[in-house]
Amino acid sequence: MRYLARRLGLFLVTLWAALTVNFIIPRVMPGNEAQAVLATFRGTVNPAALHALEIQFGTNVHQGVIASYFEYLGNCLTGHFGVTAQNVPVINEIASKLPWTLGLVGVTTVLAFVIGTLAGAVSAWRRGGRFDGLVPPSLFILSTVPVFFVGLLLIYVFAVKLNWLPLQGNYDIGATPSFSASFIGDVLKHAILPGVSLVVVTAGLWVYSMRNNMVTTISEDYVKMARAKGLPERQVMSGYAGRNAVLPNLTGFAMQIGYVLGGSIAIEYLFSYPGLGYLFYTSTTDHDLPLMQGLFLFYTLAVLVCVLIADLFTAVLDPRMREA
Amino acid sequence: MTEPLLDVRDLSVDYLTEAGDVHVLSGVSFAVAEREFVGIVGESGCGKSTLLFAVAQLLSPPGEIVSGEVVFRGGDMVGLRGGELRHMRWRDYSMVMQSAMNALNPMNSIGAQFADAMEAHGERSRERIRARSREVLELVGIDAVHLGSYPHQLSGGMRQRAMIAMALLFTPQLVIMDEPTSALDVVAQQSLMTKIRELQRRLGFAVLFVTHDMSVVSRYSDRVIVMYAGQIAEAAATETIFERPLHPYTRGLMNAFPSVRGPRREMAGIPGAPPDLAHPPGGCRFHPRCPEVMDICPTREPALYERDGARVRCLLYEERAAVGARAEAPRSGAAQADAAQADAAQADVTVDAAVDAAQADAAQEARP
Amino acid sequence: MAVVDTALTETPAQGATDVSQGRFLRAVLRNRKAVLGALILLLMAFVAAFPGVVATRSPQAAIYGQNSLPSSAHPLGTTSLGQDVFSQLVWGTRLTLIVTLIVSAVATAMSMIVGVTAAYLGGVTDRVLTVITDVFLILPVLPLLILLAAYLPPGATSLIIVLCITSWAFQARQLRSQGLTVRSRDFLLAARARGERSLYIILVEIVPTMTSLLVASFLSLAVYVVGFAATLQFLGLGNSSELMWGTMLYNAQQASALEAGNPWWALAPGAAVALLGTGFALLNYAFDEIGNPALRPVRRRRRRGRDRAAA
Repeated sequence: MRYLARRLGLFLVTLWAALTVNFIIPRVMPGNEAQAVLATFRGTVNPAALHALEIQFGTNVHQGVIASYFEYLGNCLTGHFGVTAQNVPVINEIASKLPWTLGLVGVTTVLAFVIGTLAGAVSAWRRGGRFDGLVPPSLFILSTVPVFFVGLLLIYVFAVKLNWLPLQGNYDIGATPSFSASFIGDVLKHAILPGVSLVVVTAGLWVYSMRNNMVTTISEDYVKMARAKGLPERQVMSGYAGRNAVLPNLTGFAMQIGYVLGGSIAIEYLFSYPGLGYLFYTSTTDHDLPLMQGLFLFYTLAVLVCVLIADLFTAVLDPRMREA
Repeated sequence: MTEPLLDVRDLSVDYLTEAGDVHVLSGVSFAVAEREFVGIVGESGCGKSTLLFAVAQLLSPPGEIVSGEVVFRGGDMVGLRGGELRHMRWRDYSMVMQSAMNALNPMNSIGAQFADAMEAHGERSRERIRARSREVLELVGIDAVHLGSYPHQLSGGMRQRAMIAMALLFTPQLVIMDEPTSALDVVAQQSLMTKIRELQRRLGFAVLFVTHDMSVVSRYSDRVIVMYAGQIAEAAATETIFERPLHPYTRGLMNAFPSVRGPRREMAGIPGAPPDLAHPPGGCRFHPRCPEVMDICPTREPALYERDGARVRCLLYEERAAVGARAEAPRSGAAQADAAQADAAQADVTVDAAVDAAQADAAQEARP
Repeated sequence: MAVVDTALTETPAQGATDVSQGRFLRAVLRNRKAVLGALILLLMAFVAAFPGVVATRSPQAAIYGQNSLPSSAHPLGTTSLGQDVFSQLVWGTRLTLIVTLIVSAVATAMSMIVGVTAAYLGGVTDRVLTVITDVFLILPVLPLLILLAAYLPPGATSLIIVLCITSWAFQARQLRSQGLTVRSRDFLLAARARGERSLYIILVEIVPTMTSLLVASFLSLAVYVVGFAATLQFLGLGNSSELMWGTMLYNAQQASALEAGNPWWALAPGAAVALLGTGFALLNYAFDEIGNPALRPVRRRRRRGRDRAAA
């Protein structure tokens, strides 16, 4: 389908753009940041890896920019994204922290999407009612509040004052990871506050846009027609209005995942939750540029994958797309 | 005299906006007999589409029926609870909208949309649903293979016919149509109208047909209702209205549509525009554009007067008795004076115009 | 609105361009959200302009007792270095507001230039610009911000720069849509017939018709800029000696203010950020409603105790 092909094209172009951003930034930014950082690597990192980093960052190279660029791209395509200051391949570092972030952010995003979409649909359905008057504005306002502030509040109330929930980490210090019930319970306990912060803010994002989409859809003729046919209101809202409000906008919803991921970085920092976001934070304090750029790339890829999945869903489920 | 199938009595519809109430329909009364084809004509914004939706009980906020009755087969539909009304929908009366592209769910196949109407009314058997779907498609001349098609896969004319087929699923007694031909080219229009008329004669349903096109109305309807600014301006049998239009507005409409076969005449439109919502004219709403305006027109509101089998809202005919003056009488003078007209051509009303109207201070025109 | 609209769907141009001034003002005043939002922003502006009036103590002087709880002398307590939190909050308003306004203005202007140029010139230019816009829209903002900020010396100027780079694409799509609707109008043909250059046409003829959309874009952006700026600083990418709410948060977090029993040091600037964002958001929400009648609040009225059979 041409639609999917176009979206895939955008996917590839953006990926290429992110790779290029990583290449250009060190060369374009004023100052010698890259130089200074890589100088510290000289002792710890093996020469081959150092060379790869040098062509990526443009320090100390004796070859032209173009040549460096293609060598760099080649490295990326084979999965070599450089090494961290501790001489660990960036990709390994990311892989080790990935599961924690995936769990936290994955679950909360899905939850937030479901909650946000349902709340948006219900409030549009009962426009002017109490639900509509209360929920979307409050959730919307919550969504404009920076995520970490919600986190701060929750920490203060539940962790500090009430002491019900832990305020940092992903499991208790000293506990050994296993699949036992107690460990899993521990993990969940630690995930509640960060999770709730994320859900609250991101659900707010989706509520507002879903409500507006739904309001517009409800005013469409085919919804009126569905009512005219005597269909029960519930069916009209879900089958005629809901589907038509969500499906064409699925990609738009997916594009907001970038914002969600950003929020997760702040939350992981706040809660010292050892996932990719916390890794990102420590890489900035350590001035570990290769790791930072690797993480940036990874986050971009994550967003792209989500958007592509949304595109796939749209292409498959929307009959109009099957022709395009 | 037998009871009419549909009896609309003094129906008034308001649009409730933040800035105030906009009176889209004021005291509209008419009846439709069984098997009758009634055409409603008027300019954009006269309230004819709102009338249809109000009759079909499909008004959505901010529109609301504020007074009057819609008596269908003896029972008033206004105020019916959800369940009872749903039972009547589509079985007893159905609707055809202007654009099938907008009125059909783009995500569902035609067959699925036929099916859910039937399922909603208790039909469980798949075979019967398929059989009936085939039948109605056949009635309009569409091959049954298109049950699996999606709306965007059909041509404009086919879509409209599919929509009409859908309206006939339960062979209702009344089919309400909102300009179903305006989205089509002239040839398709012709064939669609002929098909509608043929089906009407065969299956015996009444039709309430809204259009801005007088020529369509002239060929197919039994009776014509002319609307202006939310009120009925004139109502009569089709031949009567075309041979002897009484209301100056109706005459203007006639002159605006050239006849291919008739004598060559100078074309004239109706100068001016429908009333500004912010400042509705006092007295007769048509007086600012009326070529036969008299001195009293800006100050007195005409009721519907009967004249030679027609009803006409014009002071030119005031000597005769006012028809159903109580029912048709405009609401209290003040309310009438600050009534405003909203552009309600489509279901999704642009409230901008309504806001314009309601923004003005209520025009309390001096009354004699 | 805001973030979602920048997806595949081309949003219709905001319809408020035809609304006259007086009517518009009245519509704004009638809208509760607009009034509330405006009040918040006015309050912030006042505090930013006259901090000395509101807070009498010096914000930076570390002379008051350390980590003290709120009292009549120090409404929000003091920091771990002995500075008055309330004063810091008040004096920090100015720079925070300035950064927000500059970024929003510049990014809106950049969005507009790209969007309108793409709309007006069309063809290849349009396609290239659209692809670039789409790319920047998908790139996750905070990671990019962090990356850019790491290369620049910490401070408000760097903050402004990186925020502009990541925000310009935000509204470019909407502005392009609006530009497309304006493109073929007669007064533009007249301008071209007069031989005016494209840049002139874009700036002088097209842009003024889009003022309402520009204002809406500005407000949308401001909501997110406030949050992103604070988040960046919170993560340590700001200059902690500059006085802004975000840097206060960073300092508070570094000193573990919440656990140390001095919560207001962290909560107050956070609340201020939230309040400022909310102010912009309310105005934006109200603006949406005014411009798009379908979204306006719906009044429900019960007539003579009748149930409404239709929805």
